[in-house]
Parts: sequence; structure tokens; C-alpha cells
Amino acid sequence: MIEIDNVYKSFADLEVIKGVSLTVNKGEVVSIIGGSGSGKSTLLMCINGLEPIQKGSIRVDGTEVHAPGTDLNKLRQKIGIVFQQWNAFPHLTVLENVMLAPRKVLGKSKEEAEALAVKQLTHVGLGDKLKVFPSKLSGGQQQRMAIARALAMSPDYMLFDEATSALDPQLVGEVLDTMRLLAEEGMTMILVTHEIRFARDVSDRVAFFRNGLVHEIGSPDQVIGNPQKPETADFLKSVL
Amino acid sequence: MFETSLTSNDLLFLLKGAWVTLELTVGAMLIGTLAGVLFGLLRATLPRATLPLAWVLDVFRSVPLLIQFVLFNALKSIAGLDISAFAVGCIVLGVYAASFCTEIVRSGVLAVPANLRRAARSLGMSYWQDLRHIVLPIATRVAFPGWLNLVLSVMKDTALVMWIGIVELLRASQTIVTRIQEPLLVLCIAGLIYYVMSLVVARLGARLEKRWQEND
Amino acid sequence: MFDYTFHWRSAFKALPDMLAGAWVTLETAALSMLLGTLIALLLTVMRQMQHPLPRHFANTWVSIARNTPSLFQIYILYFGLGSFGLHVSSWVALLAGITFNNAGYLAENFRGGLKAVPDTQMRAARSLGMSAFQAYRMIIIPQLLRIVFYPLSNQMVWAVLMTSLGVIVGLNNDLTGVTQDFNVKTFRTFEYFALAAVLYYLIAKTIVLVARLMAWRLFRY
Repeated sequence: MIEIDNVYKSFADLEVIKGVSLTVNKGEVVSIIGGSGSGKSTLLMCINGLEPIQKGSIRVDGTEVHAPGTDLNKLRQKIGIVFQQWNAFPHLTVLENVMLAPRKVLGKSKEEAEALAVKQLTHVGLGDKLKVFPSKLSGGQQQRMAIARALAMSPDYMLFDEATSALDPQLVGEVLDTMRLLAEEGMTMILVTHEIRFARDVSDRVAFFRNGLVHEIGSPDQVIGNPQKPETADFLKSVL
Repeated sequence: MFETSLTSNDLLFLLKGAWVTLELTVGAMLIGTLAGVLFGLLRATLPRATLPLAWVLDVFRSVPLLIQFVLFNALKSIAGLDISAFAVGCIVLGVYAASFCTEIVRSGVLAVPANLRRAARSLGMSYWQDLRHIVLPIATRVAFPGWLNLVLSVMKDTALVMWIGIVELLRASQTIVTRIQEPLLVLCIAGLIYYVMSLVVARLGARLEKRWQEND
Repeated sequence: MFDYTFHWRSAFKALPDMLAGAWVTLETAALSMLLGTLIALLLTVMRQMQHPLPRHFANTWVSIARNTPSLFQIYILYFGLGSFGLHVSSWVALLAGITFNNAGYLAENFRGGLKAVPDTQMRAARSLGMSAFQAYRMIIIPQLLRIVFYPLSNQMVWAVLMTSLGVIVGLNNDLTGVTQDFNVKTFRTFEYFALAAVLYYLIAKTIVLVARLMAWRLFRY
């Protein structure tokens, strides 16, 4: 369970998150939508401790993320994250990209890590690209590889930070399909996304962020289908 | 109390050495730049035909400068040429600088996008008009930082001419060291002079570059 | 004019000795590169630090190395250290001088290289649970290596060429030193130094060739 409690976050003088509270239960898929600069991506970085917070608390399975004694490396093993810019490691092959963390962080043997990586890569449809370097892959393939890389750590949670925003339109579908598959398998997920229809399809709950706050939250049919707040409706009108 | 036998005359001697260093730098860069621009343009426009030129110039970049000085000096006596050591220093450093300058100019010219040149030609400009009004101004801006670095490195390399008997800054400091036996002090002063000269050249260059950018 | 007869035969007889000298040259250059690279890494880290003291120290080092002649740097180590009662051999002074120079230039290259590796790579690595050290070792450094490989091999050529300065502080067993010894004995300056020039050229080209082969093997992506 991820419990976000009254979190404040600012970069220098710019306050990006102004008191967000949100709880994500095991097995739940929560989508965060909202305009750019509303603090949605930053929140994801805070959840796995890549960014410090100024006030409030974030707990993952009861562990305080930003407490001084927390072993972040350990914590991050169970929180996978997929970035907008897919961030493939360019000097490693697709297989090595996925194998690296299981071997070096989880201490698995080479054979074990390889079997795991092959399984995950096949799962996302890259079973025939194992020995290829990322530069030879399309954006969509690189993003699917990044998903496999995160999944190879057997995380309990997956965070997606606008995973399809940087892709060419014709490549978005393949990545969304992979994410949908994951949701159907019961993975706990937080998606920051601009794909409103997709969010409505796969999410259990949808949160609309505005000015660093949760402006409206509820079932997809409510928030997207029948928004209660005029700002939510305006936003949806502008993107749909 | 700090005491030294370094006299103001010695300081003057050092400054004279520094002046020789500057003269050598200017002389060498004059030769190096003229030859470098010519060779660089040739290399950029006729890459295949001038390949042997590239090989020859590469030799000057792959053999220690000190040895080039010695060889040219020896050649001078063999051929019975009557030129001063200073001229030898300028020529050797100049050829050395030319070998680097050629590469700088060549990559500057090649950095001008082909589309831009096509555009110029499509406006009816002749080959030479295109070269003079489009290619060279752009190439100069691209090549300038590299050229400035070359000036700095040639200035430092002038120190080697002491081996063929020219009293420049480093040699001057050595002469004083031999007399007053305070190597650290004298060498530090010499080092400071080099440092300041480098800094001044670098600053002047940076300012020139900035002015260009503002005009763009 | 040319009333000079070249005596190549005696120069060729000296070839074995000169090759031995070339080996000393290569060893000295390689050692100075090894030490220089290690120091350059250290300087690069120091230049990133918050505390001003290491930062200033590293910046001063880089600045002096780049703005004064390498011969001056060797000089000050050879003659200057004597002022502190530290008498070093000409070889040590040469090695230390070139190492100092290499470290300064390489530190500048490394800084440029670090800027060229996007910091999102660090993020991605940390998000997989890697420690900062692991991320540097397995993700950042390997990519940095590719970026700085060409400047590194260039600096190696420079190091070889710089070793020739040892003769000015009295080194006599490197390629230039050996050549100078023969020169003093025979006054056949041109022949011996021409041969030395060829050897230097061959060493430089071999380094470039080996570097190219290594790059081809190492960086397949």
C-alpha cells in the first residue's frame, strides 16, 4: 500500500506540490491526469525517493520513504518506474539492460538473471531482440524494454511517468497494450498519463491534478465520464 | 624576512625573454595561419587529390617538436643556409602550427551545411562568391576557438626553441637560476608570466568571439 | 652547397640501442597516462564537490597544467623541488611533469564527458535500486569511457611526444636521450635524429591504430 499524506514539494522557490494526499491499495490501478506543471510527474519521483520532499510523508508498505534511516536502494527494488524518456542504457544490449539490476542489485546468478530477463522480454514482445543494442530499436520497443527492465526486479508497484508521451503516435498502442496486460495481471500501478481513454479503460480510480493539488478523484466513470468540478470538465474538453 | 638576490635587471631580462616568446608566437602563427588556410581550403575542396598533403602534415603532428627543431637546424648547416636561429624557430613552429591549422580550417569549412551552399549557388552566386560571402564567414566562426587554442599551444611550445640557442622566457629564467641559485622563485615568476600571457590571449579571443555572436 | 655525405650506416648500427630507448619512452608515457588518468578522475570528482577547498585545488591544477609549457612543468619539478632539498632524478621529474600535464588536460576532458552523459541515466539506474557507486561504475563510467576514449588516445600520443623533453633535464636512456648521446659522440646529428623521428612517428601511428582497434572492439553500440 502506498500512502501519500499531505506532501509538499518545491524546486528552489517554485512550489510544485502543495499538500497532496492519496492512498493506493494493493492491486489497484490509479491514473493521474492533469495539465503540464500540475506536479503529477514530480509526485512519482517522490514516491521512490528520487526527489526529496519538504513536508508531509510518503509510506510504502509502512516504510517511511523520506525518513533518514530508510534504505532507498532496498525500497526501490519493489517500486518499478518507467520514464517518459525511456532511458535505455545505450552501452548494454537489450538482454543486458534487463539482466543488470537483477544480477547486481538482487544478487541473482547469471543464468537466473538471464532466464528472468528472457521471460520478461518475451512477455513484452521483444523475445527476438535480445542481442540488439537499444539504438537499433524504435521508441516503442525501447519503452517496452524499459518496462521489462523494471519488471525483472519483480516489483510490487509500477509507476509510469507519461510512458507514451515521447512516442510517435503509431507506436503508442504497443506500449499501452503492454501496460494493459500488466494491469490485468493485477499489478499495483500509478499512471501519470495523457491517454485519457486508456486511463478510463484500465484504472480503478482517476485523480485530476491541478496546481499541485488533487482537484478531483474518483472512479473513471465519474471523473472522466461525469466530472463534478468545472475545471476537470474544462481540462477533459481541452484534451479529448 | 624574505631575501633574494633577484635584481630588477633580472626581471627585465625575463620580460625581454617573454617578448621573444611573443615574437616567436606571432611569427609562427603568421606562417601557420597563412599556410593552414591555404592547405585547409585545398583539403576541404579536393579531399582526394590532397591526401598526400594530409599524410605529410600528419608527420609534423606525430614527431616531437624538439626533434623537428634539431633536424631543421642540422639540415640548415648541411645545406649551408645562412638564417638566424630565430628564423629557424619561426619556420619550424610555423610548419608545426600549419599542420594543425589545416585540420582546423578543413573541419570549419566542412561544418558549413551543404544545403546552405546549394542555396547560395541557387541564388546565382559564383563558386568564388559563395566561398567568400557564405563559406568563409561561417567557417571562420566555427574554426576560431580551435585556432585560438592553437595560438595558446604554440605559445607554450616556443619554450622548446631554447634547445637551438634562442633566449626566450624559459631559457632566460634558467640563465638567472644558474647565477642566483633560486630556482623556485625565478621559475615561479616565469610560470606566472606564461600564465598571464595565456590568460590575456584567451580573454581577448573570448571577447572577439562574443562580439561576433552579438552581431549574429 | 651540399658537400655533406650522409652516413646512414652508422645510424642504423645504433638502431638496437635506439629501440631500447624507444621502449623506455613508451613505458614512461604509458605510466604517465595511467597515473594521469587516475589523478584526472580524482580532480574531476574534486571539481564537483561542494566544499571550495578541493574545488579550488583541482581548478588551479587544471589551469596551471593547461596554461604553462609542459617543459616549464618539468623544469619546476626538476630544479624547483631541489629548493626543498628534494632532489629527483631527471626521469622522475619527466614522469611527474608529464603526469601533471596529462592529469590537467584529461580532467578537462572528463568534465566535458560527464556533461555528455544525460543525468536521466543516473535516475534510471537509481530507480532500479542501484547504489550511487554501482550506478557510476556500471552505467555512467562505461558511457563516459566511450566519450573520452578518443581524447584519451590523443593524450597518449602527446605523452609520447612530451617524453622527448626529458633530454633537456638530462635524461639519457629514452629515445631522444639515446639519440642525443650518439649525436654528441659522432656529430652525425641529422642521421640519428631523422631515425629517431621515424621511430617516434611509428610509435605515434601504432598508438592510433591500437586505439582504433580497441574502440572497435569495446564500443559495439
